Amino acid sequence: MILFILKRIGYAAPVALGVSLVCFLLVHLAPGDPLSAILPVDATAEMQAQMRAAYGFDKPLPVQYGIWLWKVLHGDLGNSIATGRPVLAEVSRAVGNSLILAASATLIGFTFGTFFGFVAGYARDSWLDRVASAVAVFGVSVPHYWLGIVLVIIFSANLGWLPPTGAGPQGSGNWWPDLEHLRYLVLPAVTMSVIPMGVISRTVRALVGDILHQDFVQALRAKGLSEFGVFRHVVKNAAPTAIAIMGLQLGYLLGGSILVETVFAWPGTGFLLNAAIFQRDLPLLQGTILVLAMFFVTLNLLVDVVQTALDPRIERA
Amino acid sequence: MTTTLTPVEATASAPLPPVDLAEAAPVQAGRGYWGSVLSRLARDPVAMGAGIVILCIVLAAIFAPLIAPMDPFKGSMVRRLRHVGDATYWLGSDELGRDMLSRLLYAGRLSLFMGVLPVIIAFFIGSGLGILAGYAGGWVNTLIMRVVDVFFAFPSVLLAIALSGALGAGILNAIVSLTVVFVPQITRVAESVTVQIRGRDYVEAARVSGAHPVTVVRVQVLGNVLGPVFVYSTSLISVSMILASGLSFLGLGVKPPEPEWGLMLNTLRTAIYVNPLVAALPGVMIFLTSISFNLLSDGLRSAMEVRQ
Repeated sequence: MILFILKRIGYAAPVALGVSLVCFLLVHLAPGDPLSAILPVDATAEMQAQMRAAYGFDKPLPVQYGIWLWKVLHGDLGNSIATGRPVLAEVSRAVGNSLILAASATLIGFTFGTFFGFVAGYARDSWLDRVASAVAVFGVSVPHYWLGIVLVIIFSANLGWLPPTGAGPQGSGNWWPDLEHLRYLVLPAVTMSVIPMGVISRTVRALVGDILHQDFVQALRAKGLSEFGVFRHVVKNAAPTAIAIMGLQLGYLLGGSILVETVFAWPGTGFLLNAAIFQRDLPLLQGTILVLAMFFVTLNLLVDVVQTALDPRIERA
Repeated sequence: MTTTLTPVEATASAPLPPVDLAEAAPVQAGRGYWGSVLSRLARDPVAMGAGIVILCIVLAAIFAPLIAPMDPFKGSMVRRLRHVGDATYWLGSDELGRDMLSRLLYAGRLSLFMGVLPVIIAFFIGSGLGILAGYAGGWVNTLIMRVVDVFFAFPSVLLAIALSGALGAGILNAIVSLTVVFVPQITRVAESVTVQIRGRDYVEAARVSGAHPVTVVRVQVLGNVLGPVFVYSTSLISVSMILASGLSFLGLGVKPPEPEWGLMLNTLRTAIYVNPLVAALPGVMIFLTSISFNLLSDGLRSAMEVRQ
């Protein structure tokens, strides 16, 4: 097992390096000079050269990448142009809020997704299956930013039950686990949960259908095991894949939270990204994307290891 | 990397079972195969319904200048935010007093263009790269597939927004960003199917008989690979529609006053307390288009017997 983990890390390392390279080059994709956002329009050529040297932009690209990577490895993501504060501090403040939102959404989506998936898988081609499949198609097809707006219209504008935006009362910058803050979490979390719900219910439906057709299920029934006993075996067989999908969905939601966070003004990484893009705060943009992508790479690694540990059928090659 | 699947791929690709190869391989019989796919598709009421909806939306967008009752750009400050069912503005008017029906019809043009084009471009680039990687093998495969792995390490929404954000707002930049998101996904599917086909006896036979690699790919590989890759690509259109409108919603795609569903949804957000139904309409169009493409793609998949 330890050997497998080491191998898997050895595989993830070059990917992580590639991800850092993409993040680094992203800033150089930007039209014009990376400095154009800071420099005044009427800056003299001399001033420009000075700034370029100060930021290290006068060196060749591979050297710049090396210096940048060295700093990143030491936890220095540079300073935000807009606020002047270290990028790492800004991102770590936001990432907690995003994680709470993404984890709640994944939990809701996983609960309902597995429920619908099991119902549909057990009752193949019945009306229950059709309802569950419709829910799944809805989940993967609905533009979630629109769903968020619709939920705000219904539950905030019309019924007045839940707050429409923010993470807490009086523009609270951080989410806190109490009842008042929980009311702020409901709408964005439910909005986000439809994606994992659709994906997980589709996967579980297919899994359960396959498992029920296997010989061992017939054998269990033939030896007189109760339907509940058979169900336990089905759950055990479906669990590793379902859990792996759930882990990946958490990563997708965390990386893709920008649209929902914008709709609900949720003070997370998506909101930070939005600000970075429109203020052309390139170090902040670069740092946020790097942190999110690295989180995703790590999560992938973790999911692989957990799945292998849970599922004896996967060879630890 | 067995578990780094996108949400779509997780359900869509897995080990792709080949289409009935005996039917699909030769050119003459290929027509028969596609004919049978179409007749199976025609018997699927859900897929046909979805297809008709898409056809209507596409036709409405193309003929928008003929059927739109009003100028989509001409507003009126005294007739702002009329309700649905209004005598002049059938679907109401927007925050600048422009006719919603006309704008929704016109918006279909940019929304469909920006949603579908990236998948089409990515289909060609991705199939090309995937077949090259799968057929050539060796270091070519390693090079292409490791680069693909790196792009897979970004969640698609994040990658699309990061690229658009760095490149700057605009229709062209949005299309480029979305294409970059889909190329790795299609490449991975094309590669895995090509590797399967490459090991088959008839491909081996063609190679041994001295046929040029290009000829083998053209005659033996292409017909078998493009089917599954095509089905997979159609399943991406729904995601692409949502993402393209999402970019405009964020202000990274189409710029005002151009009508586009995602952008309209954004500018109408201020009206959700005054006229919620009108504010929600552009999203209904995105949803309708996206779910129709999903259902049509599902129908196409089962008609081609590319099982999940």
